[in-house]
This record gives sequence, C-alpha cells and structure tokens, in this order.
Amino acid sequence: MSKFNVLHHELVPEHHVVEIKEEEKVLNALGITKDSLPKISRNDAALKTLEEMHGKIEAGRIIKIVRKSSTLGFTEYYRVVSNEVFK
Amino acid sequence: MSSWISKRINKIQFALLSPEEIRKMSQVKVITADTYDDDGYPIERGLMDLHMGVIEPGLKCATCGGKVDECPGHFGHIELAMPVVHVGFIKEIKTFLESTCKVCGRIKLTEDEIKSYSAILNEAAFNELDPDGLASRSKKVTDQCTQRLVCPHCGAQQIKVILDKPTTFREEGIKITPKEIRERLERIPDSDLAFFGLNREVARPEWMVLMVLPVPPLNVRPSITLETGERSEDDLTHKLVDIIRISQRLRESRDNGSPQLIIEDLWDLLQFHVTTYFDNQTAGIPPARHRSGRPLKTLVQRMKGKEGRFRSNLSGKRVNFSARTVISPEPFLSVNEVGVPEKAARELTIPVTINQFNLEVMREWVKRGPEPRDEYGKYMSGVNYIIRPDQRRVKVTKANAEENSKRIEIGWVVERQLSEGDIVLFNRQPSLHRMSMMGHSVRILDGQTFRFNLAVCTPYNADFDGDEMNLHVLQKEEARAEARIIMKVQEQIMSPRFGGPIIGGIHDHITSMFLLTHGNPEFSEEEVIHMMSYLDLDEPKEFIMRDGKKFFRGRDIFSVLLPKDFNLKFRSKLCAGAKDKCEYEEDPADKDVVIINGKMIHGTIDEEAIGPFSGQIIDKLYRKYGPQEAARFIDNVTRLGVAFISQRGFSTGIGDYDIPENAISDILQVSTEAVQKVTKNIDIFKAGQFQSSPGRSIEETLEIEIMSITGHARDESGKIASTYLGLTNPSVIMARSGARAKMLNISEVAGMVGQQSVRGERLNRGYTQRTLPHFQKGDIGANARGFVKSSYKDGLNPLEYFMHSIGGREGLVDIAVRTSRSGYMQRRLINAFEDLKVDESRRVTDTVGSIIQFDYGEDGVDPTRSDKGKTIDLDYILFDIDQEEN
Repeated sequence: MSKFNVLHHELVPEHHVVEIKEEEKVLNALGITKDSLPKISRNDAALKTLEEMHGKIEAGRIIKIVRKSSTLGFTEYYRVVSNEVFK
Repeated sequence: MSSWISKRINKIQFALLSPEEIRKMSQVKVITADTYDDDGYPIERGLMDLHMGVIEPGLKCATCGGKVDECPGHFGHIELAMPVVHVGFIKEIKTFLESTCKVCGRIKLTEDEIKSYSAILNEAAFNELDPDGLASRSKKVTDQCTQRLVCPHCGAQQIKVILDKPTTFREEGIKITPKEIRERLERIPDSDLAFFGLNREVARPEWMVLMVLPVPPLNVRPSITLETGERSEDDLTHKLVDIIRISQRLRESRDNGSPQLIIEDLWDLLQFHVTTYFDNQTAGIPPARHRSGRPLKTLVQRMKGKEGRFRSNLSGKRVNFSARTVISPEPFLSVNEVGVPEKAARELTIPVTINQFNLEVMREWVKRGPEPRDEYGKYMSGVNYIIRPDQRRVKVTKANAEENSKRIEIGWVVERQLSEGDIVLFNRQPSLHRMSMMGHSVRILDGQTFRFNLAVCTPYNADFDGDEMNLHVLQKEEARAEARIIMKVQEQIMSPRFGGPIIGGIHDHITSMFLLTHGNPEFSEEEVIHMMSYLDLDEPKEFIMRDGKKFFRGRDIFSVLLPKDFNLKFRSKLCAGAKDKCEYEEDPADKDVVIINGKMIHGTIDEEAIGPFSGQIIDKLYRKYGPQEAARFIDNVTRLGVAFISQRGFSTGIGDYDIPENAISDILQVSTEAVQKVTKNIDIFKAGQFQSSPGRSIEETLEIEIMSITGHARDESGKIASTYLGLTNPSVIMARSGARAKMLNISEVAGMVGQQSVRGERLNRGYTQRTLPHFQKGDIGANARGFVKSSYKDGLNPLEYFMHSIGGREGLVDIAVRTSRSGYMQRRLINAFEDLKVDESRRVTDTVGSIIQFDYGEDGVDPTRSDKGKTIDLDYILFDIDQEEN
C-alpha cells in the first residue's frame, strides 16, 4: 500500500477504533443511537490506514477521533463506519 | 422531533401533458384571435373568453361562477393547424430520433443488449435513489444507439440526424417536418421508453411535438386598463394572438391547396411563434418584439433569473411597514438610536389592540387624528387606521377623528404612528453578517434622511456618499421584546467573527482622543466647560491652579468617561513594538495606556483603545460592566471626540507634505541609485554572469532582486520624508493614531510612489516584449517596468501615470472579482447550513436529527463571548483583581 502513514501527519487527528464492548458506554454517554452519529466513509484515508493496522473494520464500528483544540487541549469526536462512498 | 414535520415529500414525478389531457382540462376551445368587442365585452371563444376566468370586477366566471378573487382561473386550448415541436424538449427529441430506427421505431439495440441494459437500468432506478446516476446510464445507452448505422431489428439503413438550431431537424440536408417527427416518435414501442428515462404511465415521446396548445387562465395574463381607458394586453396574450392568427392562415392555405412553399413558410412561422411563446431568448432566432421594440416577456422569461418568479417573488418578497432613504450622520444620537424623518414616521404604524387599560389613552390618540402636533409644533404620534373586530379598516381623517375616538371599544385595533422610543430594525445591504441588521430605538427628526451615530458605520459598512438604508417596524410585542433583548446595537458590540468589539470610534474620534491624551496637555477651564457641555457628565475633579486659574489635563478629561473601578493596562498603537522607551512619548511609562480605578494615568488613547476591531477599552468595559455601559462609553467618547476636535480645530492639506530641499535631493538620490542598481543587475544578467538563488531560475532571481531594490528605495525615501514629518503634522497624527491612512500613504505623497505591480510582479504586459511603445523591445529596466520615482505631490510624468493606472486597475478588478466570488460562496454556505441548529445541550444537528458536532464548535465556546478566540483573558482578570486589592 502507501508508503506513508497518514495518521502520522500533523494535520490528521488521532483515530482509534472503539472496542465493541465499549460502544454502548460511548453511546450512552452521548445519549444517542448509532444512526445519528456522523459517518466515516470506507474510502477515508485514515480508515484505510486503521484497517492496515487492525485488519478489516466492519461497517457499524465506531471510530473515536481525538482532535487538538486551542481551547480545551483536545476534543473527542465519534464517527461510525459506513459503506457509503461520499463524493 | 419528526412529529413536527406535518408533510414530508415522498417523491416528485415529472410528466408530459398529452393532447387529450390538454383538451380535457380545457374549458374552452379558443378559435378567434380577438379579445374584446367594441363594447369592451370579452368575445366568446376568443382569447379573453369568460370561461378562462374573470379579471374585471362585476363579471362572473362562466366556468365556476366565481367573482374576481374567488375564481382560480381555468385553462383553454388552441388546436394547432399543424404540429410543431416544443423548444423545451429539443434535446430529448434529438435523442429519440438518433437512437431509434427511422423505419420500425425500435431502439437500436440487439435483443441481448436490451436484456442486459434493462437489468442495469432497473437496478439503477430502484436500488440507488440517485436520478443523476440513472440519467448518466441512460445517456451511455442512447449514445451507443446513435452510433448504429443499421437497425438491429428490421435491418433498415439509418441516416444521421442533424439538429439545425433551434428547432429544425435534417437528414442529409432534407428537413424532417414536425409531422414526420411525430409519426416517428409514435412508432417507438412503450417497452423501449425505459431506456430513455421515460415512464410510459405519464409520458409518450410524441407528446413533445405539440398539436394542442394550452391557453393559460386570464389570471396569468391579465389585461390592464390605462388611465385613458385604453386596454393593454399581457405579453402572453399578444403571443397567443400571433399563434392563433398564423394557425388559422395555415389551416386555410392547407385546405385551399395552396402551393407547398407557402404552406411551409407559414408552418415555419407558426413554429417561430410557438417557440418564442415558450422562450423568447432561444438562441438562433430573433426575439419577438413589442410594437415599441421591447422584447416580449414570455413563459421562460417570467421564471428565469434574478427578476424571475423564483428569485424575485418566491425566495424574496416586498414587505410592508418598512422605509428606505438616504443616510446621514448625527453625532448627538446614541449608538442605540436612529433618526427617522417625520414623513416616514407618519406612514409607519404599529398595531395596538385595545384593552381596558389603554382604552382611554387610545381614545385620546385617535382623537388627535392622523397629523397631530404638540403646542410647539413638534411631532406627535397619530393614528392612521382603526381596525374593527370584523377586520374592516377605517381610515382616520381630521374630520372623523373625534367621532372615531368615541366608536372604538375593547378588542378593536388602532394602527398608531411611530413614536420616539419604539424599537425598529435597521439594515444596510449587502447583509453580510448579523450586525447588518440591528435594533435601534426611534428618534423623530427634521429632514428627509435616516440618521445614526458614526460609530455604527463599521458594522453596517456604511458611509454617507449616497448610501441608502432600510428600516422595518416590528408588528408584534414578541418581536419587539426579542429585538430589544438580542438585536439592539449595544447587544451587537461584540462580533462573533473575532470575539472583540466591532463598534468603536472612527476617524476624527480617534484623532481627537489622540490629541486630547498624547503628552497629557493642559486645557483652560473655559475650554473644558465647553467640552463638557457636550456630555451629560461632571467635569474632572483633578485640576491644576496656576495664576489663580484652573487648568485641566487631557487624561483627566478622558477619565471622566470611565467607570470608577475600571482598571486596564495595554500597549497603545502608537508605541506598538517599542521596547523600553517609545520614540513618540517623552515618559517611558507612556508606552502603555494605564488606567487604575477609572483614572487614566499613562499613555495615549488611539485606535487600539477605542477603535472598532481593536478597541481595548470598549472590549474590557463590555466584559466587566455589560452592553449598556459599553454603549454609554461609545456614546460619550464619540461626543467628547467631536466636542474636542471641533474646538481645537484639525485639518490637513498639501502643505503638510512639504519637505526641505535637501530631503528632496536625498530622495532623488535614492531613486537614481535604485535605477542605477537595477541597470547594473540587468547588465550582469545580460552578460550571463547573474547567479540564480536555489530553486529559482535566473530570470526569477533577477526579478526578485529588482523588486527588493525598488521596494528598498521606496522605504528609504519614506524614511527620509518622515524624518521631516513629525507628530505635529496632521497627516502623521492620523496615520500614527490609526484614524485614517498609513505611513506608507504619506511617504507616497511626500517621498516616492515606487514600483507598480500586477500580481506581485513588475509590470510586464501590454505590447510585444514591452509595456508601452515608448520603450525599446526587450527593455526590462526600472522605468520600462513600472518604477515610479515621482511623488504624488510632485506629480507623475505621463509614463509613470500610465504605469500607476495599470497597477491601480488590478485593485479594482480584484474587488469586482472578489465580491462576486465571495458572494456566491457565501450563498452556497448559507444554503448548506440553513437548517442546522444548536440544541439545548449545545449539540449541532440537522433536521433529520443526525449529529454534526457533539459540542458546538467542538468546544462549546461562543466566539462572541470569547476573547479573540481564546476562552478567557486570565492576565487581565488577575491585573484587575490586583488593582482592587491595592
């Protein structure tokens, strides 16, 4: 595959796969169901890199994204893996 | 949340009208091209037949019996003598003709292909809710069919169909008549239509060739009666008259057996009329014109573009209870106020429902009539209309005011005129941010213009060179309350764009405060009393006694505007970047503005302190004391500004840019040296000795070197000029205090204008290898590439002037391009974000309930209340507490 790991780039935030047993905890904390989560496409470069590291990530899995924030230090964001291809 | 949606669009279907359907929905077959008879009565079976609706009061619709506002209008129809093609479907008709067999009408695909493609198309139609995908697949199939030269079904040889724009189809140069087209389209079997994206249930291709034309209801094309009693018909009616006339002539000629040539001419003419009836801007045909020469506005023109139905009538509408006029300044108004001319105030009304508490007051108001004045002849709010409980409006006049005031009861509504203190919305277009529409309270003033405090020019981006602004009167108590609480100018002082004040003193306010505080000058008691008479505040307590006279110091006068426990320390703009001592201040401590317990001790007030965007004092006042106090400060600082500067006097002129002879010769030397240096570099370059810097070509390096030489020359000349132009010079005062212009502009006037550029490069376009014919081809010297060594004050020589104009044009073009580009971009962004919302938990969701952000802006921080994007200014809070403790 590609020579570079996009996750190492300064502008790409940290991506983590949420453990299946952790998922409910995350959703409860947010007070929502999986279908109202923002989506991340299968085509997303960050997700592809994660798959290289962890093997195939099924649609419906939750990805936790930790972004840098000038006000809070860091913020957490969650996206659910989708098979949709966004244009 | 979804329970709030009352109706959800499930699907949209597009269909064609069949001739039968047009006849079925028609109430009358129109056969006469005439409209009205001599008595002005609609002719039966004419274009104004009463079956198509009523537009005149008194008459009744012959179809539904309704009166003017009750009848919705009904369609009629015209039977065309010969079929004509519909311009709107030319592309589709072309595809049909190209990809089906001219003999058997089948789509030019083999049976195998039909099978496999229909599977693909079905999948696209059902699985993917993406009409574009379906269209592109259909296009692929039809394109393939077009290539076939032999029909796979009947083996007939195919001829290429050429579209002779706009409406004629030809095969090998021979015209296919619309009749022939229609016959061919009729032959296409229903089963083949799916490949073209047509749904047999609602559309047949031959319906794209018109045999029957629907005639729109009269409501759609009303005739207007002019004052002279003359009737004037709508453009559509005119067009329909043409169509009927030609259709009739065509029918007669055909039935008489006229020569083919005449029939064809008439047929073409009918096609022209029907085409322009739909779209009068069809490429390739001259637009149909009115007698006066004005092009007719037909169906497409009614809908298309900025003035069309969509953008002009559906997306935007005219509103009542609004006024528009020229704006002008009024420094004695508060930022929260707007001056409204009496003329406008008398027209703008607010409805007041009468109840037991206001009955007597409203009786009094109605009694005053529509144009009351008090005993001094000053404006008083009157009443224009009263509305009875049955919604009937009664106009109040001087004559019936007394009587009406007795008639009104609880439950009636009185429309009273605008009065002082009412809250209104004030707006200047383009409304680019939320501060473009703010709430002001009304002051009725003499004159014809809207007036407001100069500090509010910035958020509206207004000046007074003829700008006009709109004013809207709120009609409901809820709206007025909301406007008071969230839209009033004082609530908008902080901009959500950068978390700082967007309202502050401008131009002379800044100059004035600079002069008042710089060097802390002394003022006599008389001067101070005059200044203080502009304000509603006590005179400063601190003063100096000398020779038995009172003297006040500038900073003490300024301190009068500040709250008693206000503390602040910041670097002034004047001394920005100064290390230990500021070169413009005698006392090293004056590089910072220091305010302790509401008393200004050090520094100079300039743009950094009271200007919009930066305004440290306004910023901190707003945060510590709230909007009201901040607005009060702005009101006072602008008034004091005007008071002081109009007393002291301040002006600038060309003489301010006079510099001594030796400075002029120094600047001349700088420019001559620069030109010599450039020439030297070019000589080295021409000799092939020039060294390129890493990553750049030799030419690029040379250009950069020259740019730096000329740039340096301009800076040098600016420096020389400014050594003779000190802080006593009015222009320099304005530049250094941030009131107007930059030091660069002063050095352009006094020193040298410098290198002109387009896109950051020296001028290089124009003629072949030269900018102007005054130079040798290939001359890349300083003068030939736009180096202007004159100053604005000396004047530019013709060549320099030309070069300067080239550079100046770039700015103009930039502005024109930027505004249209960013306007479109903003439109797209607004449309994309319009139905996102932030809920109670600060979560950003769309209408479906999907989450966009878990916490607004990822951190939940309101940028308006942030400190220039940061959460809090801890340093200031600590500084403030420190002062309080001491």
